[in-house]
Amino acid sequence: MAKYLLLKHYRGAPAAADDVPMDRWTPEEISAHVQYMRDFADRLQETGEFVDGQALAPEGTWVRYDGEGRPPVTDGPFAETKDLIAGWMVIDTDTYERAVELAGELSAAPGAGGRPIHEWLELRPFLAEPPTVTE
Amino acid sequence: MDEALLRSLTPGVLGILVRRGADFAAAEDAVQDALLEAVRVWPSGQPRDPKGWLVTVAWRRFLDAARSDTARRRREDLADEEPEPGPVSGTDDTLWLYFLCAHPSLTPSSAVALTLRAVGGLSTRQIARAYLVPEATMAQRISRAKRTVGGARFEKPGDVGTVLRVLYLVFNEGYSGDVDLAAEAIRLTRQLGAAVDHPEVAGLLALMLLHHARRPARTAPDGSLVPLAEQDRGRWDTGAIAEGVAILQAALARDRLGEFQAQAAVAALHADAPTAQETDWVQIVEWYDELARLTDSPVVRLNRAVAVGEADGPRAGLAALATVDPGLPRRTAAEAYLRERDGDPRTAARLYAEAAREASSLAERDHLTRQAARLNTRPGA
Repeated sequence: MAKYLLLKHYRGAPAAADDVPMDRWTPEEISAHVQYMRDFADRLQETGEFVDGQALAPEGTWVRYDGEGRPPVTDGPFAETKDLIAGWMVIDTDTYERAVELAGELSAAPGAGGRPIHEWLELRPFLAEPPTVTE
Repeated sequence: MDEALLRSLTPGVLGILVRRGADFAAAEDAVQDALLEAVRVWPSGQPRDPKGWLVTVAWRRFLDAARSDTARRRREDLADEEPEPGPVSGTDDTLWLYFLCAHPSLTPSSAVALTLRAVGGLSTRQIARAYLVPEATMAQRISRAKRTVGGARFEKPGDVGTVLRVLYLVFNEGYSGDVDLAAEAIRLTRQLGAAVDHPEVAGLLALMLLHHARRPARTAPDGSLVPLAEQDRGRWDTGAIAEGVAILQAALARDRLGEFQAQAAVAALHADAPTAQETDWVQIVEWYDELARLTDSPVVRLNRAVAVGEADGPRAGLAALATVDPGLPRRTAAEAYLRERDGDPRTAARLYAEAAREASSLAERDHLTRQAARLNTRPGA
């Protein structure tokens, strides 16, 4: 088994195929979208592949150490063009192929008109613990 | 209260219940109940036949559960037709449970989880922590695995090789959470060795002991990897090495060579060398030749190329490496090492950096990055 991170982006990813902004969807379409992701997580828990999932607020702040005795510097919210992560899900699958398959399934969440949005999801493997045997 | 005894008896007891016709999940519940009862009752007097005691209590629990559940009428009938608990051959039932938990219809991760639960007697929480997944997820993984093998019946013993591969997967997980999975794998392999007479079981046990013996020296206090050549050999566990070598020699004497025995032979040659310089690389290459004949695995060819580099010099190693698929993990790292030894630090530094980007574990990536940095920052580079 290997763990993978599925990243959803607010901005910075290539445009989804069904690229209607969420505030133009009907409330029912939004509910259907949210429900799809919940069902997806439930299903993964049943298959023993679910690890974690969280949503993030769109506001992010850049923070930097500013020297001894001074408060950290903050750079305010992200500029419009910057990449921004909307949320993540961590899965634990037997193969990379299975992880790709699941990411594809999550990308098919319904959007405007109930059509799958075909959004881009970033799939990143976790760096593992080193195996006991390496030599 | 002897927890080790209880855990070693668990698979045999569970195996007997399942053989008598109990559904796998119900049998496991009943065995867990019996274990709890033992923890409660045994301190004031351990029974003369602990296993027989557990079988009797577990079987009663199973019957009670079956009776109290009218929806399980059919299973109750089945159970009532079975003979009362009596003496049964213990090793067969343990062995049978190993085969069941490594059933080919299970994915490797399900087989691992089920083996740790049913054969190892670990709690679902312990297994979940060891694999860093939520307990609910692990519980589902295990119950799905139980359902998958629920109807499995064996006419004849399964494939020992399948069981050994599952145990080796457990071993390779090493240590996380509060369970040392490597030590658990060794325990389960020892137990399997008592139930089945097969030289590859001994080969795997020897291999695990030899690797385990060197584990304390493999990581520095800060968690970074220490390569074999730089390890403090004084920190190797000589007792485990001696035991591993003895088990291996007995297995090899039976002249039924297999993959694990050959791998253990390589590990034994490393463990035998008083210093890295005194390693018998020529013999190690010969064992890799045997391994290549047995498996024809690309990983074996990669390891062989590194050994050839030590035995016959870096040029020979690079020539051997040329036949290894460029996409294979760790190939770039091996080439970097051979290039450096061949007197080409610039290429080596570039390859080390590339290998670091490909690394699948943090400790390995840090180690390779340090190698690249060492070559890039030394005077005259």
